[in-house]
Amino acid sequence: MAVAAQVLRSEWTKVRSVSSTVWTLGIAVVVTVGLGALISALSKRDFDRLSRQSKIEFDPTFTSFAGMGLGQLALIVFGVLVVSNEYSTGMIRSSLAAVPQRGTFLFSKITVAAGLAFAVGMITSFVTFFVGQAMLGSHGARLGDPGVLRAVIGGGLYMTLITVFSMGVATMLRSPLLSLGILMPFFFLISSILGNVPATKKVGRYLPDQAGQKVMQVVTPLGDEAPYGPWGGFGIMVLWVVGALAGAYILLKRRDA
Amino acid sequence: MIEAVGLTKRYGAKTAVHNLSFQVRPGAVTGFLGPNGSGKSTTMRMILGLDMPTSGRVTIGGHPYHKLPNAPRQVGALLDAKAVHGGRSARMHLLSLAQLAGIPARRVDEVLGVVGLQDVARKRSKGFSLGMGQRLGIAAALLGDPAVLLFDEPVNGLDPEGILWVRNLMKRLAAEGRTVFVSSHLMSEMALTADHLIVIGRGQLLADMSVKDFISANSADFARVRAPEPESRDKLTAALVEAGAQVLPEPDGALRVTGLTLPRISDIAHDADIRLWELSPHQASLEEAYMRMTQTAVDYRSTADRRHGFQAPPPGLPPTGPVPPNWGEAYPALPGEQPNPYTTQRDSKDVR
Repeated sequence: MAVAAQVLRSEWTKVRSVSSTVWTLGIAVVVTVGLGALISALSKRDFDRLSRQSKIEFDPTFTSFAGMGLGQLALIVFGVLVVSNEYSTGMIRSSLAAVPQRGTFLFSKITVAAGLAFAVGMITSFVTFFVGQAMLGSHGARLGDPGVLRAVIGGGLYMTLITVFSMGVATMLRSPLLSLGILMPFFFLISSILGNVPATKKVGRYLPDQAGQKVMQVVTPLGDEAPYGPWGGFGIMVLWVVGALAGAYILLKRRDA
Repeated sequence: MIEAVGLTKRYGAKTAVHNLSFQVRPGAVTGFLGPNGSGKSTTMRMILGLDMPTSGRVTIGGHPYHKLPNAPRQVGALLDAKAVHGGRSARMHLLSLAQLAGIPARRVDEVLGVVGLQDVARKRSKGFSLGMGQRLGIAAALLGDPAVLLFDEPVNGLDPEGILWVRNLMKRLAAEGRTVFVSSHLMSEMALTADHLIVIGRGQLLADMSVKDFISANSADFARVRAPEPESRDKLTAALVEAGAQVLPEPDGALRVTGLTLPRISDIAHDADIRLWELSPHQASLEEAYMRMTQTAVDYRSTADRRHGFQAPPPGLPPTGPVPPNWGEAYPALPGEQPNPYTTQRDSKDVR
């Protein structure tokens, strides 16, 4: 355990001594809050023109999280860089020579970055919610309304898990370009296409972000056939993360550094 | 003490290290010599438990690396001076490594002083020269005040002052009773720094002896002899071989003669009615001895530039002499190896 404490301290030094940390996390906050506020303001303006069904379906909480789809990309970059910087610089050899217990190294490293992503994610989620509701004005929800607090906390957890998932994938792939080249288009485009096109919907809704975002919904849209609830969807995302971490651990353990 | 026994590493069909056994003793600088790609770095990574050997084992003080109690306090290594995040300051880089090994932060400032980087400690390492990078890497190796030190090519990119500094540092560390294992592809540097030499080529052990023994075994005297025309050169070669000499053609058309004194060579040439354009005494340097030893084990070898398609040599360039028949010839292929396609079709008359 002493080793784990050493790795945690070392990783904290690493993560706070590069400027990419501030940049990626800062962009995640600004984009998520800013875009959420904008969409909320536009929704309020157009609310009266919505159809009856759209008015019933309107989910003020989820609307304020509209920036998360873009903001999560910055968190993916953060997660990928934390891991693949070790490989692209060659630091990984010094690190693993200092900590031959590779599992301890990997999970302590992920713990530090996940802790940071959790703190930033929670703050972002709450700020986004309150700013978004302020923009929506009379159409907004309150934190005390049923399911809202769960959705807001879920938003912070979602951002944490996306980061951890990216770290797992980056550990497996090692190259920052390859990791970002796969993760960015996947979460920006491919996943939402697969999750919304009728032909692929049945499979697409089990993808990590499609399932995980369910936790941020308060009002279930009419005709939503998802066979899982908010926490069920979140659980599916957790399984994806566990899978990525298991793959990362096995490969790191077996591979030559 | 580092001990390798039958160490072998294969990557697919390529054998990087083959059945390597050696010992590195404390209190001396041991040079680890070999051409590029001969398996030095792979061996170093196996010592540090980063790469798993295909077979055989390597231990430090009797333990495999991953079983060493508190490994970073016992073994320090410089593997790659560029293995630093450019956006991180030198001090933060070393601090993260120190914390990883449970070493107090004040030690970071000590080693920064030892390598002379205290004034740039808070600058991003992105702007460091190669020499400064080497110093930073050496500082990282010294962090844990370890009894065993590994340095992979520590003088690469250093200026003469830096090379002298590294040389003295290695000697001082060894004099303190530490085990110092330094790889290099420069024989001349190792002759000045090391007490003991381990030479490998193509992953196999070529020599394991003290520098003194290596020098006395390998520095042979020879004479360089040059005859004017190819015909007289062939005649002279025959006459010298008959007199018991060993004759090797040099790339520039001269002959390298061993086993005869200079006056005797002159007499033989005179008797054979051959004029000499050059007859000079030479001592083979250690570099040459090392090149001879590893010449069948070089992975990357240049061939003569035939300049096909170029009509005439540019004016003012003197024509170079004919190339001796076996220069640039393919070395014997190892079993199962593809012959080098670039050395098979050559025509010495065509070479300019």
